[in-house]
Amino acid sequence: MYRVVITGAGSVNALGHDVPNTLEAMREGRCGIGALDFQDVERLSIQIGGQVRGFEAEGRYNRQQMSLYDRFTQFTLAAAKEAIEQSGLTFSGDEAAKSGVVLGTAGGGVSTWDANYRSVYEEGKNRVHPFVVPKLMNNAAASHVSMEHNLKGPSFTVSTACASSNHAMAQAFQMVRTGMAPAMITGGSESMLCFGGVKAWEGLRVMSKDACRPFSANRNGMVQGEGAGIFVFEEYEHARKRGADILCEVIGFAMSSDASDIVMPSKNGAARAMAGALADAKVNRDQVGYINAHGTGTAANDKTECAAVADVFGPHADKLMISSTKSMHGHLIGGTGAVEMLACIMALRDGIIAPTIGYEEPDPECALDVVPNDAREAKVDVVLSNAFAFGGMNAVLALARV
Amino acid sequence: MSVQDKVIEIIAEQAVLEPGDVALDSTLEDLGIDSLGLVESIFAIEEEFDISVPFNANDPSESDFDITNVKSIITGIEKLIADQKG
Repeated sequence: MYRVVITGAGSVNALGHDVPNTLEAMREGRCGIGALDFQDVERLSIQIGGQVRGFEAEGRYNRQQMSLYDRFTQFTLAAAKEAIEQSGLTFSGDEAAKSGVVLGTAGGGVSTWDANYRSVYEEGKNRVHPFVVPKLMNNAAASHVSMEHNLKGPSFTVSTACASSNHAMAQAFQMVRTGMAPAMITGGSESMLCFGGVKAWEGLRVMSKDACRPFSANRNGMVQGEGAGIFVFEEYEHARKRGADILCEVIGFAMSSDASDIVMPSKNGAARAMAGALADAKVNRDQVGYINAHGTGTAANDKTECAAVADVFGPHADKLMISSTKSMHGHLIGGTGAVEMLACIMALRDGIIAPTIGYEEPDPECALDVVPNDAREAKVDVVLSNAFAFGGMNAVLALARV
Repeated sequence: MSVQDKVIEIIAEQAVLEPGDVALDSTLEDLGIDSLGLVESIFAIEEEFDISVPFNANDPSESDFDITNVKSIITGIEKLIADQKG
């Protein structure tokens, strides 16, 4: 078994188009959620989201690329470029042959589906662009990362709704840990902020019209975001030998299934995933200083998650910090675990804990230290990142300071 | 614009060239248009003239549509327009 470290990070999300801007926004408790802006938004009852603004795709990609890149792929490639450049790695020879890309996404090319369905159903057109299929397929983003960076090893896309990124990163971690790959590009992305994407979600009636307030007694639902978070996971000695700048270490993970309800979360399933991650990482529960929560801001998730944390951590639950950065960047669905990983890296590397903003009223069912509204300086050694998805699919990652 | 001019404009755009660089006897290979580029060009042609082009990428030579060079493509399109829109 090898040790696995993170040597590169990249992101595009509502808080910024790169990691430094994202972290600065998290430190300042800035809110990236605002009015949605796209065709037919007036027909929606939910009109807020964490939309990525001012991302000039035309300036970054040529005409041929634009015809192949859905918005989720555009975000992914920008984030991958940032991460791989930071790592200093270029892939050739044996390293290229063995390194791959495992990314998470829930919907893939949703805006491509949306635009083309509109074209044929609403506008009555009889043909669509030849590249619609390669553009919307869920693996498009991962494929283009592999093509762009010469990654010829094992690559695929993981889909577990809101836990997709965590499942993907757990898989990538396992592949490096077992020696299958010297490095893996991993993380996830999502872009569902279009008419069809939001309209589909409205029916569930779990989205908020005004804000994302995780753990607050007056919380009233989730707010969707979009974007990408991409990381370079690398075998520790491989990184050390080349003098790479190591951001943190990935020390364990666990995946569990609720086997309960298709949408309602289970305390037991969440607890098993957190406990499992601790066991896999071989750390005691009182070593955990911070948990980046799933914390969607729904009535159901937040109280179930807090109950599960209390179960797993016992008295230590009152000493650790647990915040939800979804309050700032929104819920990126398949990409959320990846963007939230940045808050974990900031906690370990910079000693700054991102806040849960929008917190207004304490909820006795969420009586943990949720780092309300203001970021906090604290030295932590071990953090967990939670993801509890629709369909009862849970994935928790454990990370450590290096 | 004539059919010939329009087709040359479409092919030039696909090849990222000036229309003046597209000769009637240029082959797709000469212009650097690969199979995906050809499929995209056919889409643009269908959109432009509102016709249906019988082309199967699995066996390009088998279809009624002659893609040997720019001239044969133009001739093929003129015939399709006459058949479908005349």
